Parts: sequence; C-alpha cells; structure tokens
Amino acid sequence: MKAWHFSENAYPYLPPADEYESIRVSLPNRNYDPKKGAALYDRYIDEWLIAEDEGVEIMLNEHHQTATCVDPAAPLVLAALARLTKKARLLILGNPVANRRQPVRVAEEMAMVDVLSRGRLECGFVRGVPYEVLPANSNPVRMNERQWEAMDLIVKAWTSHDGPVSHEGRFFHHRNINIWPRPYQQPHPPIWVSSTTPGGAGRVGARGYVQATFLTGFGGTAAIYDSYRKGWREAGRGTDVPVDRLAYAHWSMSARATRRPVPVPRSCSGT
Amino acid sequence: MISIAGIELDVLERGQGAPILYLHGGAGIGRDAPFIDLLARDRRVIAPSHPGFGKSALPDWLDSVDDIAHVYLELMDRVGLTRADLVGLSIGGWIAAEIATKVPERIGRLVLIGPVGVKTGTSDKLDVPDVFAMPREKLDQLRFHDPGQHAPELATLPDEELHIVARNSETLALLTWEPYMHNPKLKHRLHRVNVPTLFVRGASDGIVSADYLARYAALIPQARIETLAQAGHLPQVEQPAATAATVLQFLQGKQAAETPGARR
Repeated sequence: MKAWHFSENAYPYLPPADEYESIRVSLPNRNYDPKKGAALYDRYIDEWLIAEDEGVEIMLNEHHQTATCVDPAAPLVLAALARLTKKARLLILGNPVANRRQPVRVAEEMAMVDVLSRGRLECGFVRGVPYEVLPANSNPVRMNERQWEAMDLIVKAWTSHDGPVSHEGRFFHHRNINIWPRPYQQPHPPIWVSSTTPGGAGRVGARGYVQATFLTGFGGTAAIYDSYRKGWREAGRGTDVPVDRLAYAHWSMSARATRRPVPVPRSCSGT
Repeated sequence: MISIAGIELDVLERGQGAPILYLHGGAGIGRDAPFIDLLARDRRVIAPSHPGFGKSALPDWLDSVDDIAHVYLELMDRVGLTRADLVGLSIGGWIAAEIATKVPERIGRLVLIGPVGVKTGTSDKLDVPDVFAMPREKLDQLRFHDPGQHAPELATLPDEELHIVARNSETLALLTWEPYMHNPKLKHRLHRVNVPTLFVRGASDGIVSADYLARYAALIPQARIETLAQAGHLPQVEQPAATAATVLQFLQGKQAAETPGARR
C-alpha cells in the first residue's frame, strides 16, 4: 500500500468571512499578500519534503482563481519538487485537460517533469470542478468528450517516437507532434483518472489506468470500482483486476476522527 | 418531427397565409404558444425547436449558431419557404440574422426581438451579462419586467418539462459560451441584410440593453427599433398581444416609412 501526502495549499490570511461573498472565483486578489504567499510556498514545499522523509509519496492538485488553493499551475511545483526530492513518487491529480487548449503542451510538461525526476511522475487527469470553467473560459458542455480526446492525444504524443505525427480530432488539432523530451518511464508514466460517478469508470478500466475517486462515500465508491472492473474485464485485460489500480482520497483532521476508508492499496491522505 | 441533415427536429406549424419562420429564444419554445397562436391568426407560422432544445435532437458535430442557420436553410427548402418573413427572439434573433446574411433574397421582412449575436461594445466589458454565472433568481430579475408574475416556478414543473429546461440551458451554453453570445464575423456580414428590419426590445430587458440594440440595428441598412412597455427579455411571454400586434403590423408593411441607412 502506498500513502500520499496531499494539501490543498490554501491561502489562509483572509478577511472576516462576512466581508466577502465567496472564497472562490470572485474574491479580489488584493487580499493576497505576495510576501505572505512566498512564505506559504516555503512552508508547503517543506511539508512535501517532510512527507518524503517519512516515506510518504507526494500528491499535488490545482485550482484557479481561488484562495482555497494557491497552486494554479501544479506542473511548476512538480518541476521544483522533481529537483528538491529524490525518491518520492510525484502524483499530479491532476491536469484539467478539458480546460486546456493544447493537450500536446500538457504532454510536453509532463514528459519534462518525468525526465527531471528520473521517472517519478504519476500523471493524473481530471475533469475539474464546475467553477473551473469560468477561469478557463472553458465550455462546460462536452467536457467529458474533450477530456478523453485530450488524454488519448497526450498518450499518442508520449508514445510516438518516429518523427512527427498529426492529429485532427473533434476538439483538438495538431499538425506536427514530435515532443522533446519524451517521457523517462516507458512506454509512459502511470496514468490516473478521477471519476465521481460509475459512468466514466468503465472506460478508465478498459484503458487500465488508475481509477481515483473521492467524496463518493462507501456506496458510491463501490459502484465506481465495480464499473471499473467491468470495463477492465470487457477489454480483455483478464478477470483479476489489480487492486493498485483503485485509489481513494480521504481527508482527516485527526486519525481518531476518521472512519476507516475503503481499504485500497493506494490511498491519498490529506491533512 | 422533420429530419434535416440527419437531425430530428420538432417543428410546430400553425395557421395559414404568408409564412413566418419563427425562431425561439434561449429558454425554448415552451412558453411561446399563446404568442405563436396570435401570429397564426393571420399567418402560417413554422416554428422549429432548435437542435438540442425541446425535443429536437442534437448531433455531436453541431456546436454553433451558424450550424443551426445552415440546418434551417434546408428546413426552408423542405417546408416550401421560397420566401418568408423571419421572426427571431434572443438567440433565435441571432439565428435569423445569420440566415438573413446568407439568403437575403429569400427574406421578406426581418423581426429581431431582443436579439444577441454581435459584439459591438468594448473588449473590457461583456455586451450581454453572463447569464451562466448568476443565480436563477438574478437571471429572472434581468429577464422579466415582473418576475413575480412571469418567472417560471421550476419547483412546480413535472420532471419531463424540468428536463427540457435543463437541456435548453445546456445547449445554450454549448452554442454561446465562447465567443460569448456572439459571432465575431456576423457584424461584418449584416450589410448583406437588405430587407426591412424591425428590432424590438422590452423596456425592462436587463439582458439586451438599449445601447446594444441601437449599435446592432446600426449594422443593418433598413432597420428601426420599437420598444415595448412593461416587458423584459421575453416580451412574447409578458406582453403577447402587444408584441404580436407590433410584429404583425410591421410584417404587413403598415408601419411608418423606414429610414434606409439612417443608423449607419
């Protein structure tokens, strides 16, 4: 079993709660003090390094235009951690590829982090929470279709090694795909995909990616894993589904207060 | 249902006489029936639900207002509209404007009621308030002159109608999200619309402002504007009789002489 340290990287120095309407999307950034922000980055990076010292793996995510998470560009932090750490696996969960205009750029960033870390990247893809569509100006309709086209295109960019290939799809167009560097891990870094409903999990299972989920409770999580296993088996991957493909994130204020999570080998534990 | 380019379209047809192609707004055609019936007293009204609205299908490839305009060119052929008047509301006005730039010779007169579709203001301010980023209560305040009386009570709707409301909103986002509520090319094509054109605006419309409409109308050579009292963005719902009278009078050519090019 692997455990992962995850922090939402919040900016805590906020005015009184009754003085603003929402902490997300609309809170003016005059409330952000760059000096305090710089010290916060030091603190969060120190925490990740402590996690590595304790034998815990590292997980990052990103959100945009919010005080709840001042890591709007997780690949940048990944790059720093790739140099500052030596052994921890580095999970980004994940890249909101339905909100990105250029999947090939994401493939480049991830390949670069994989090389910088000498093959310690675990690359997650997420659809993103609804309010992310405003900062990204991303059409909220057909996001699932965009996400799958983007993920397949990224894998194609990672695994094509014989000169330029092209992609003219429903949502993305690239006339020349030939990324440098290519990933350190072969054929590519492990892929994680998050889902909170069974609908998408079957497709994740068919691809054999790691299925991550959170906030789905005990019943919902079981339904997602069942859907994953069904997709895995129908794709001819065999009857036994490796349990290390099923990940659950849970949050704990303290160990005592936490109900025991679904017992899965990969568990992302937050603070 | 009529199948156009493989799309099953729910097409309402009422009345007899010179034809009107009626193009509903972003809220769908559900509440327009009384207004359509008033138009149909004098005219044949053909009123499709746009792809993805109501019970009309939405194919995977379709994602723009311009796509819908092309679908309706085919619909006009199929129902025998060699020449028709167009009446479009809100996003339906945008569709009507797109059609009119493509086949002006097939349009008799054009009526645009609270239309969107062009960007005429500055780049640092949305021409149209972001209808996707506000609570429904706020949206209703902007849409209606008297929201207390006319805003839909979603909690009372049966599931089937509620599903259509949600589906309409989803398709509206698909079509209008970016560029928001406009086609950057349209304003450079509107000079092609060489037919008498009436812009109608509810005086209390909080979605389409008077300034926006004036700048929009200035892009069409033979355009003029009428304002309806005690109405918002859906005058056909709040003032169906007055709206129908205004539209029919214009279509019958009884209005005061147009002022060609006056707003250029």
